[in-house]
Amino acid sequence: MSAEDSGRADARFYGAGLPYLNNEEYTGKLIVIEGADCSGRSTQTTLLKRWLEYSGHAVADTGIKRSDLVSGVIDKAKNGNTLGKTTLSLLYATDFADQLENKILPALRAGFIVIADRYIFTMMVRDLVRGADREWLEELFGFALVPDVTFYLQMSPEVLLHRHFQKRGFLEHWESGMDLSLSTDVFESFNRYQTMCWQQFEELASDYNFVTLDGTRSVEDIQADLRTHVMQLIDAWL
Amino acid sequence: MRLKKARGLGRTMHFPGRLFIVEGTDGSGKSTQIYLLKRWLEENGYPVFFTEWNSSELIKAANKKAKKKNLLTPTTFSLIHACDFADRYEKMMLPHLRAGYIVLADRYVYTAYARDMARGCDAEWVKNVYSFAVKPTVSFYFQTPLETSLERILGSRPQLKYHEAGLDLGLSTDPVESFKLFQGMIKNHYDSMVHEEHFTLIDATQSVEDQQNKVRSIVQSHLEDYQRPSHT
Repeated sequence: MSAEDSGRADARFYGAGLPYLNNEEYTGKLIVIEGADCSGRSTQTTLLKRWLEYSGHAVADTGIKRSDLVSGVIDKAKNGNTLGKTTLSLLYATDFADQLENKILPALRAGFIVIADRYIFTMMVRDLVRGADREWLEELFGFALVPDVTFYLQMSPEVLLHRHFQKRGFLEHWESGMDLSLSTDVFESFNRYQTMCWQQFEELASDYNFVTLDGTRSVEDIQADLRTHVMQLIDAWL
Repeated sequence: MRLKKARGLGRTMHFPGRLFIVEGTDGSGKSTQIYLLKRWLEENGYPVFFTEWNSSELIKAANKKAKKKNLLTPTTFSLIHACDFADRYEKMMLPHLRAGYIVLADRYVYTAYARDMARGCDAEWVKNVYSFAVKPTVSFYFQTPLETSLERILGSRPQLKYHEAGLDLGLSTDPVESFKLFQGMIKNHYDSMVHEEHFTLIDATQSVEDQQNKVRSIVQSHLEDYQRPSHT
């Protein structure tokens, strides 16, 4: 099939890409902000969007698990805890593909700056600590567009612990990785789970050239760093 | 730190059960054949578990909604069916195989290969998505000339659904014309998989009885060293 030949050659994607789209042009920029839950991603995304819009850029923001295609199924399944690990991986991938094709790519075609509050990496980390095969995951997410820049808000499990307490007052079931049966004790499980996630994020950070930012600094300091990097990106672009 | 490949991929897995699957274009008669096989196995006292394509309860609702709204791209169409398959596979097929059952599947990963490739997905990508699935004991491919299967389906003047007719491929705006072209593409993909995927060919133009006899004798040959689980 010609789809096979043309798809693999498109370096704008991580792997197979979306062969049926026939080399569309994406004139916008894709900025990804990654990091653990409670690492300050949403705050930084909001501030960055406000600043970019103030500077006159059209901005679209997107996250994971926001499309209405399968998010209902994901929530239902998580509540009942009835899904196999591979099924859950694929549901998240479906949801991401839907957002990529129906939201991110159209915005990029229209020249928008897209800020993605989490991208494929959060899903990869979540699956890797649950024993997924890394090559399988990389090929699965081979349809994803390579971002123009990926920021990683780095935060150690010790700091995350307190952020979680500040945000919710308790350690949430999934964020403590209770489904992995690491420990029946939530506190112990949280530490072990977040440490595993942290290690996987660190590995992806070097393999996928993340811009790593120390997430424990003040909101303003982190935002200033983000803007410096984004400014460079925009200067080289326009 | 590299995590151990705890989840593993299907190709290397061992289990005491047997997995027989049927593939073929719409109208090839495969569902009739697997039904007759199931009846025969059950009458002979084998523990049988049967499953069919696109039947996971969890995914059904989302799938229906998405298809009705024509919200799907080739990639999301592919992935949502992969979710359905994975859900049935993880919850039902693999546990039954591990417990020693004879699992019968009306359509397996090859249906996804053929349809998704026809929709323009990358062949290697699709195969990777499904690489967690074990290789069947026997994959029966009910091969039929395109005209025969089209006649069987279109002869009853059915209401062809949007995706079923392949209208999303934009081959033709006429559902019947589109269906013919789409089925032709799917048949070509099936035909090209025969060797690589070790399909057992069944000539679906033969009588129902002749086909069933062939299927049963092949299945029988794979049950010689089969040991049924002691508590079924």
